[in-house]
Amino acid sequence: MKRQSRRDFLKLAGATGAGLMACGAGSALASDGPHINNEEMGMLYDATMCVGCKACMSACKRVNSDYGSLSYEKARFDSDGLWDAPSDLSGSTRTLIKLFKESDKRWSYVKYSCMHCQKPSCVSVCPVSAMTKEPVSGIVDYNKNTCIGCRYCQVACPYNIPKFQWEKALPQIVKCDLCKNTNLREKGISACAETCPTGAIRFGKRGELLSDAHARLKENPDKYMAHIYGEHEGGGTNHLYLASMPFNKLGLPDIKPEAPAEFSEKIQHTIYKGFIAPVALYSALCFIAVKNMKGHKGPDDGAAHEKEEN
Amino acid sequence: MAHSEEFQKLEGKIFTKSFFILLAVVLLGFFFVGVRYVKGIGAVSNMSDGYPWGIWITYDVATGTAIACGGYAVAILVYIRNRMQYHPLIRSAILTSMFGYGLAGFSVMVDLGRPWNAYNFFIPSKWQANSAMFEVALCVMAYSTVLIIEFIPAILTSIEKSNWERMNMVRNWLHPRIAPDEKTMNDKLEMVRLGAAWLKPRLNKVLIFFIVLGITLPTMHQSSLGSLLLIASTKLHPLWHTGFLPLLFLINCVFIGYAIAILESIISCYCFKRPYEVEELSGLAGLVPFVTVIWLCVVIGDLVYRGQVTAALRGDFYSGFFMAEFLLVAAGSLLLFFKKLRRSPRWLFVSASFIVLGGALYRFNVYLIGFNPGKGWRYFPSFAEVMITVGIVALEILGYKVFVALFPVLPNAAGHGSKQHKKPVNQAKPLELHPAVAQAQLKAAIKNLN
Repeated sequence: MKRQSRRDFLKLAGATGAGLMACGAGSALASDGPHINNEEMGMLYDATMCVGCKACMSACKRVNSDYGSLSYEKARFDSDGLWDAPSDLSGSTRTLIKLFKESDKRWSYVKYSCMHCQKPSCVSVCPVSAMTKEPVSGIVDYNKNTCIGCRYCQVACPYNIPKFQWEKALPQIVKCDLCKNTNLREKGISACAETCPTGAIRFGKRGELLSDAHARLKENPDKYMAHIYGEHEGGGTNHLYLASMPFNKLGLPDIKPEAPAEFSEKIQHTIYKGFIAPVALYSALCFIAVKNMKGHKGPDDGAAHEKEEN
Repeated sequence: MAHSEEFQKLEGKIFTKSFFILLAVVLLGFFFVGVRYVKGIGAVSNMSDGYPWGIWITYDVATGTAIACGGYAVAILVYIRNRMQYHPLIRSAILTSMFGYGLAGFSVMVDLGRPWNAYNFFIPSKWQANSAMFEVALCVMAYSTVLIIEFIPAILTSIEKSNWERMNMVRNWLHPRIAPDEKTMNDKLEMVRLGAAWLKPRLNKVLIFFIVLGITLPTMHQSSLGSLLLIASTKLHPLWHTGFLPLLFLINCVFIGYAIAILESIISCYCFKRPYEVEELSGLAGLVPFVTVIWLCVVIGDLVYRGQVTAALRGDFYSGFFMAEFLLVAAGSLLLFFKKLRRSPRWLFVSASFIVLGGALYRFNVYLIGFNPGKGWRYFPSFAEVMITVGIVALEILGYKVFVALFPVLPNAAGHGSKQHKKPVNQAKPLELHPAVAQAQLKAAIKNLN
């Protein structure tokens, strides 16, 4: 009896182990290739054209403050609260211009906002579908009415874009949605791109933006780093960047072409494919446990114990 | 399966000095929970947009549920590996699991920013099967329910055998005007007692299916707790970020579960001044090193496969924590390979502590220490944040102390220790009723009331 059960157990442990091994090894196998949709909406930010006027920041806040729960942030020196002076993306700021200065000659502005990934990590991890990717426009949108505030999207996002309202009793996540419910609906363009006086932010379809970026690189190869940030990063993003300085210096992390969500979903799907493995595990365990219990079901349980001891 | 005489209540007072100390800690923690709900999470914690998960998730959820895996590990041993001699350990293991998981759920509700939306977990159109978090949440909720069901027999036994002393005390203490009539109350209580006697054998018949569910669910969500961090490929240090995270977390929770069952038994025997269950414990301890060796092998194999061995030995901050975790588990397991040490409660305590510490450190490494969101982010828990966690742990210990006094949870010390289960086989059980008799009496009682 005992020996039998041990064999069963080992068989089972072996099977489960093998299953898990397979999923680990699965990650090493080739993926079915990136499927990039160039019809999605996006923005191209050209850091060399940006003059750092921050008109995009103020336009974003003006348009989205009610819908997106944005507010003005006072700087420490500014006791009268004259300026909106966020120091980083935050629970009240969706987009931000920063200046990176290496020396007096070498410097660059950089704009931060949601990258609207082709395969967004935040959408992949949100347990209640509060983060969604619109199938046509490709906008990565957030719905505060379903969000539970678990902040897994913040852990998952490689660009650290989603921000949480830490100081509020009824907080929410704040991130760019390409003005989906405000400026984009009314005027067909995001507020930052509409406002930008130098044309540093271009709004449009990803494919058009990409060919535009390639053309600019070809025209002025000396001016730019020979790379379009977002073309391949993390499975590709709809927010693209051109700059004259290395992107990781501008706070844009080096990310491999494979989307992080591809990797994690592959493992999760291997384990839970069709929910077969959990059901199989449950049935197998039930079979073993019931069989084991039969050996102990006497008129009295004590007797069963005595048997077991012998 | 009614092993009721196998367990006993702990004799003694509930309201001791330690009870009130623990209560004070719990109240302090709950004060800060109140502050968190009024002024926001930022008011009590040092979490930030870079470190959105602090110790509430890392300790209370990721580590706390592993520590609460005693019930899972012992259930595998008893019901799947068919080692009935370990059955006396199971109830206290299930009780700690129940508290561990229940309070992990509670601290999630403290940690969630928008807990009023948590009902979305039950709305199929909102389900998101790609999310490891979704899997963890549903499994943990289901498992907590299963744990409560697994514990119900202890409560039923307790009701069945109750003389309602406390109930009568409360009645006598109340003013005669508001106190219920003694006879009516006793009739109703008798009905409850008969109801419990009627329900118990029926529950016992199906209980095994819940027990097996209680083995399947932790297998699923403990591995998914590892999967949670798979997505953070750019933030989690390569020492820990691997496709084997789910497997490592699963094995990790099994050996933590066994080690914590040993620790818990030793500590409760020491505190409640009962004889040590050396037989069971040394047997249990003999299993632990086999599980840990598998875990250590997977860790090393994976590091070699991904070419991270040099990173592990580099001697920097990350490699230091990695070595600490690795060596604690290895040292604890090494001690348990010696039969002599396995029979000494002192050495069992030492080695089990090593293994629990090492296993828990592994989880801290994955969730916090090895997690680096980028330049400029730093995290160390604030006082209030720590006190909320400490308060929750204190509540766990408090609940355990009260429950072992109210319900038959601890192994029966009589005839224990030297040779186990020398129970008189055919002894009459004065208070236990035959279910059929109970049912008839129950019907009669209901008739009387009408």
